[in-house]
Amino acid sequence: MAYSDRVIDHYNNPRNVGTLDKTAQEVGTGLVGAPECGDVMRLQIRVNPETQVIEEAKFKTFGCGSAIASSSLATEWIKGRTVDDALAIKNTDIVKELSLPPVKIHCSVLAEDAIRAAIGDWKKKNGVGESAPAAAAAAH
Amino acid sequence: MSTVASTVEAPAGVRLPIYMDNHATSPIDPRVLEAMMPYFTTRFGNAASRNHSFGWEAEKAVENAREQIARLIGANAKEIIFTSGATESDNLAIKGIAEMYRERGNHIITQVTEHKAVLDTCKRLEKYGYRVTYLPVKADGLIDLDDLARAMDDKTILVTIMAANNEIGVLQPIREIGKLCHEKGVLFHTDAMQAVGKVRFNVIADNVDVASISGHKIYGPKGVGALYVRRRNPRVQIAAQIDGGGHERGMRSGTLNVPGIVGLGKACEIAAEEMDSEAAYLRGLRDRLKNKLESELDYVHVNGTMEHRLPGNLNMSFVYVEGESLLMGINDVAVSSGSACTSATLEPSYVLKALGLGDDVAHSSIRFGLGRFNTQAEVDYVGAKVVDIVKKLRELSPLYEMVKEGIDLTKIEWQAH
Repeated sequence: MAYSDRVIDHYNNPRNVGTLDKTAQEVGTGLVGAPECGDVMRLQIRVNPETQVIEEAKFKTFGCGSAIASSSLATEWIKGRTVDDALAIKNTDIVKELSLPPVKIHCSVLAEDAIRAAIGDWKKKNGVGESAPAAAAAAH
Repeated sequence: MSTVASTVEAPAGVRLPIYMDNHATSPIDPRVLEAMMPYFTTRFGNAASRNHSFGWEAEKAVENAREQIARLIGANAKEIIFTSGATESDNLAIKGIAEMYRERGNHIITQVTEHKAVLDTCKRLEKYGYRVTYLPVKADGLIDLDDLARAMDDKTILVTIMAANNEIGVLQPIREIGKLCHEKGVLFHTDAMQAVGKVRFNVIADNVDVASISGHKIYGPKGVGALYVRRRNPRVQIAAQIDGGGHERGMRSGTLNVPGIVGLGKACEIAAEEMDSEAAYLRGLRDRLKNKLESELDYVHVNGTMEHRLPGNLNMSFVYVEGESLLMGINDVAVSSGSACTSATLEPSYVLKALGLGDDVAHSSIRFGLGRFNTQAEVDYVGAKVVDIVKKLRELSPLYEMVKEGIDLTKIEWQAH
């Protein structure tokens, strides 16, 4: 399978690889996928409690090159956004940016899931209610 | 910023990309090509043309190839039927025997790690009222002979079990399987395409009745193969699956691929002369690669028995690293992965799963297929590169981190998607 240049770039030089302290109050962790499916993504965010801006994002991924690239791109995109803004990222945006072929669309879905899971974890930890984003999601 | 891109450089004299996928196909040996060339141009005759020298010349070349193949496997030249390759040979053997022996019985025994050419042929026969038993394999990849004995009944007409597996290279105990078949009066077919020319294979000593052979696995051309069909003790009869001019004693019609057949014959002649020394050479390279990977990486293991195995095969799982991402990192090395992501079906290798490997480990496997033209310098480069990439991908792997922290991955509730 031929990979797009963007996928190869993220694979060769993945952005924001690493681990945040998952017990920290301002850190949200999302762990999605399953080893038997061949991909697991862990995406973590550190959120400024006052501004709700994602100041730091880290990931680690077990998966194919497209899965690594999708999660790397996700961290790049959510950094500097508010959590509500980050929730607006759709898997189709990732597909487009990385030119993923149809068989790799699940990688982008997983990356979107990882963003939602990390933000969900942070919200739960910090008692932030599901308001605007949940309504927006329901409107689709 | 972290990087995965490898910093391991190929030493002078190593040409990239490196081909290490010789179970998929092999390059044509220059000696084979040289033997074939005249049969494309000046000696282009149809081997079935009986009334001029062009035909006689082609026929002579075909008969010479038949001898060369027969000699390699301990057969008589009359027992060799030419086909378009091992897939056709498997189809002809299994369907041809099933049809010919239908009145004697309708039961066929095979095993789960066969090539699809055998499995899908058997599945088709099930639709036509045949009964097929798919024997399991043990964790080492080999069948249990007691399972085979138990599976046989008075309706069993054929046992078809491969000599060497194409993914994990394990050698099934064909001599014992053949013995059991002969005791019970059941025919024994073996898909020997990966074994012939690589390890000792003798149809008499190994009690084989029918065997599939391919050209392109043994440094011969693609699109040509052969089927060994025993003529004595027992005399095997096969119903033709391709009708036409009655070539190949009526078993396989169609104008013979003379240059291809000449190439297959020459490839067999070379194999007969060089197999033993080549096997020792490949075993040395293979073990060198295995030692390198095992000594520098943790959580790696070999799939299938090392004791009964093709000398050029190494199939390893690099746990917590997904196979396709590993292939991407070693993109100047041609190898295969058992990962789902490299297949159209998104299912990991059924062969590895049959050994009892979890899907997660099957996703992490790589098949190295060493061949005649690989060098020690290539092996050293590939070993260093795989070590480099696996280490970097594990830095990226949440699973590796969790395991290192002592977390039991089986206790986590994963959300399968």
